[in-house]
Amino acid sequence: MLPGKPVFLLTDLLIFVLVLSIVSFFAYAMRKPHLRQPWGQVVRARAGVISMIVLSVYVAIALLDSLHFHPVLENPAAHSEEVQYSGEVISVFDQLVSDLRASTEKTYSAPFAAHLYAKETVQQADGARIRIYPRLLWGGAHLEDPRAQKATDILLLAGVGTLKAAAVWAVLLVLWALYLSTRTARTFPAALGTLFDGHSEVPWRTVSVTLGVVLLVLLVGAEWASKYHVLGTDKVGEDVLYQALKSIRTGVVIGTLTTLLMVPFAIVLGIMAGFFRGWIDDVIQYLYTTLNSVPGVLLIAAAVLMLNVYMSKHAEAFASLTQRADMRLLFLCLILGLTSWTGLCRLLRAETLKLRAVDFVQAATAFGVGPMQTIFRHILPNVMHIVLITLVLDFSGLVLAEAVLSYINIGVDPTMNSWGNMINSARLEMAREPLVWWSLAASLFFMFTLVLFANLFADVVRDALDPRVSR
Amino acid sequence: MIAYIVRRALYAIPILVGVNIITFLLFFVVNTPDDMARMFLGQKHVTEAQIEDWKTERGYHRPLFYNAEAEGMDSLKDTIFYTKSLRLFVFDFGRSDSGRDISFDISQRMWPSLAIAVPQLLIGLLVAITFALLIAFFRATYIDYWAVVLCVALMSISSLFYIIGGQFVMGKLLRVVPISGFESGIFGIKFLILPVLIGVVGGIGSSTRWYRTIFLEEMNKDYVRTVRAKGIAEQTVLFRHVLRNALIPILTGVVVILPLLFMGSLITESFFGIPGLGSYTIDAINRQDFAIVRSMVFLGAVLYIIGLLLTDISYTVVDPRVRLS
Repeated sequence: MLPGKPVFLLTDLLIFVLVLSIVSFFAYAMRKPHLRQPWGQVVRARAGVISMIVLSVYVAIALLDSLHFHPVLENPAAHSEEVQYSGEVISVFDQLVSDLRASTEKTYSAPFAAHLYAKETVQQADGARIRIYPRLLWGGAHLEDPRAQKATDILLLAGVGTLKAAAVWAVLLVLWALYLSTRTARTFPAALGTLFDGHSEVPWRTVSVTLGVVLLVLLVGAEWASKYHVLGTDKVGEDVLYQALKSIRTGVVIGTLTTLLMVPFAIVLGIMAGFFRGWIDDVIQYLYTTLNSVPGVLLIAAAVLMLNVYMSKHAEAFASLTQRADMRLLFLCLILGLTSWTGLCRLLRAETLKLRAVDFVQAATAFGVGPMQTIFRHILPNVMHIVLITLVLDFSGLVLAEAVLSYINIGVDPTMNSWGNMINSARLEMAREPLVWWSLAASLFFMFTLVLFANLFADVVRDALDPRVSR
Repeated sequence: MIAYIVRRALYAIPILVGVNIITFLLFFVVNTPDDMARMFLGQKHVTEAQIEDWKTERGYHRPLFYNAEAEGMDSLKDTIFYTKSLRLFVFDFGRSDSGRDISFDISQRMWPSLAIAVPQLLIGLLVAITFALLIAFFRATYIDYWAVVLCVALMSISSLFYIIGGQFVMGKLLRVVPISGFESGIFGIKFLILPVLIGVVGGIGSSTRWYRTIFLEEMNKDYVRTVRAKGIAEQTVLFRHVLRNALIPILTGVVVILPLLFMGSLITESFFGIPGLGSYTIDAINRQDFAIVRSMVFLGAVLYIIGLLLTDISYTVVDPRVRLS
């Protein structure tokens, strides 16, 4: 399937473990009415469906970007028969946007530019040397006279993109309406009408419109990106759109894996503290109060400094730059998890304390059910909503934290694409004349969209899952 | 009440010991002083003698826990654990890896940090409480709905953007205030305006939303219904009853961060070139000065624990039931 030899980075494996567990949880939850009910509430909220659609685009890109492989070398050494693989590691996503990846310019260029940002001395055919803005190697290279043709060309491409988006949108809606009409006792036109009904239980009109807008942005963007640098290029001429898209994986990995890594500790310790009380409770409370009392940033800074020392001492343990960056990302998740599990642990302890006194748990104890069985059968299922709420609530904060940490050089590896690294390198460009704003704007916009919809989604999920919120 | 406070204060001691052990493990056991020396001096072309010199200069040449060569008490005292970790308890931070006196630096640099953090906290509180009360007044209307969405949007913007954008607009385009710098005394105010403003704007989303939920929770209580039933005007209900009672959770929530104001903000200070403790820490991280980072970790923990203690005390002042438990 992959055009090369697959590579399994640790974070790739973990992120697919996470996807698998989420999918199996939903497969399980859909069969239980009491677990399905809150999720029904999520899809009935307008903010819920909008953010789910937008987030799924981000997650899809992150997942595609998590399938890594060594590509096949185009022209292997002549004397060998077998297929040879390149030393670099790329992902399926890189393969999909290989145009963007390969299309590097000399240096900065503005969004949709056909010329370089800086003037250069060029020798003409007759030997005269002039200083001009040279044409870009790739951006707008198909135009003969960019000044006259560019605006029309951009509009034309947008038109093509819109048509494609409309076609895909129509196909999707028709398919969905067909599905609805077979599932429910409705005729096809009636089902199609439902998709634009603003008053249905599931806000179908919102779904259709959001889907249309997302498709429009994606396909028009793809159309433009095939001919121009939509968001310009950075200092070394790399496409900014490509960097921003690659950063999605870093953000999503940090936002999800951190919680995934810390959840087992928090569950085990939190439930133990609340259930067994006594000295176990004291020890666990002591542990998290101590960890909590060190200011988070400082603990992370100290741990990352130590990680740097460790990595430079064991440089030979990391086969490639990609692996090294990946290990560093994983460690960062671990360290962030170390500082953030305390909150969840405290919540779980309090909830377990409460549950312990509830009638059905008391009854189980009275019937002689052992502590382990009580925990697994009665306590754990009743605290899972807290874990889920934490998972979605923490996500946006962690994405934002990554940017800040990368800014103080204690974040992800500098060679890794991340919004924090983009902002970090772009911040000095604000002082340039003329202003280089696109790198900064791109990273902030992509990060803002992800965090905003994650926040909106988290609110809806919390309202649906938290039993304290009255329905 | 005094017995209660003393008990809480005594509880802080094992926590400080724990923090001390964590920092010790992180800085000396996970990586030995040899590794730090190598990191500091560069990986290659480093002789053993250079490493020994580096360690001796900074006092890292001693054994970790037990010095077999020394006599009597000195066999415990002349160790890294005693000189570098235990001395922290008496706030003897020692010298940084570049040879400066850390305690002196801290005492110099905490004032600029405070000059930013205190007005930021006060103005932020005032603005957020005002907005939250306003939103709560319009509860369950479109104003409420969109105000919450606006808060979420404001929360979703990276703090880096507020700083970079604020510096660009105010400092470069409008040229109202200097972009960065610091000056003590009354003329230094012009340097403080921008960081304080940006800090307030950056924090407004999350705090307004949080205070709104506190206000709404308070408004749904029985006594508020009774007050309304008596026919009291809505403004009086809000200001005299809801605001006063809701201020209790808000202010006790603020108390815990009061001591940490000394530490300043890492990001703000480094962007605006303010010589406070935040930028001190950032510089130390970038220069890989382990001694300073270690001291700041310990100091931060101490301040946090003081904050917890103050919170406990403020609860006993506000709510007498706490004292009995």
